[in-house]
Amino acid sequence: MADGPLVGIVLVSHSGAVAEAVAALAVGLAGGGGTAPVAAAGGAADGGLGTSAELISAAAARVDGGAGVAVLTDLGSAVLTVKALIAEGDELPDRTRLVDAPFVEGAVAAVVSASAGADLAAVEAAAADAYTYRKV
Amino acid sequence: MLDALFFRNWLTATADAVDREAERLTELDSPIGDADHGSNLRRGFRAVAAVLEKETPDTPGAVLMLAGRQLISTVGGASGPLYGTLLRRTGKELGDAPEVGPARFAAALRTGVDAVAALGGAAPGDKTMLDALAPGIDALDDSLGTFAAAREAALQGALATTPLQARKGRASYLGERSIGHQDPGATSSALLFEALAETADGIGGASREGSRG
Repeated sequence: MADGPLVGIVLVSHSGAVAEAVAALAVGLAGGGGTAPVAAAGGAADGGLGTSAELISAAAARVDGGAGVAVLTDLGSAVLTVKALIAEGDELPDRTRLVDAPFVEGAVAAVVSASAGADLAAVEAAAADAYTYRKV
Repeated sequence: MLDALFFRNWLTATADAVDREAERLTELDSPIGDADHGSNLRRGFRAVAAVLEKETPDTPGAVLMLAGRQLISTVGGASGPLYGTLLRRTGKELGDAPEVGPARFAAALRTGVDAVAALGGAAPGDKTMLDALAPGIDALDDSLGTFAAAREAALQGALATTPLQARKGRASYLGERSIGHQDPGATSSALLFEALAETADGIGGASREGSRG
């Protein structure tokens, strides 16, 4: 286990309910004691479906302990908004990465590996690796 | 030469055009999207108009950067980061010059359009906003900054999206069913060029309130 800060995870979905539920699922499956900080940033600012740059920035700030932040997204505007915020330079903590991974499976892999003390690159690799698990 | 006031007027004229056309944009977004393009863009450009009333950046680049930031944070759909990136990259390219000539503006706008293409991973022909932005910027280059030519090219580009099959965004999930509908993103992009031509004509400037609804 790591002595220093753990990588933070931000889950961005078009739906607040989806983001919250996937966060709860990932934390639940990571289980057994403390987990890495996880924050959900789902839905538009008014609570409807969509993406809120403000919610994403706030969530990233919340989970940033200095070890980096891995952001997982669902589709469309969630992906584009995170990319645009990263391009802005000062909207997200240093060492924030958009991770290319399936949303649910990647979130579980990211939270489990971050909770075990993996660094940002290893968390990213674990989440991306979820793409290689075929179901049929 | 184009100064900060010109760019403020352009964006205010765009906000008016989006306001005027919001319902039509949402109608276009109903059969192939999630029926929120008009309301999303209206929210974003109203925020742009509001911030430009409060703050008065004194260079073209700063005006565009501020407006782009507003769009990214307020739109709530994919058009926010896309239009936000368009304006911010264009503004960044203009640097802190107090005035720019049409040729320099056209070159900067092309950088912005290229950034939109990179962000969305789209190319002309995919039935996206690029189908209006790309011909618009091409015409602006060819005509050495005649905004009327760019307006016409962007409008024709938007109209020409109707027979295309969407290859990007939510509409792409519809496959062939996306054919036969004009793309809402290309339609709103044409409004940007329309507002640019209006502003250059002076219609979008001081007399705008009197002559536009």
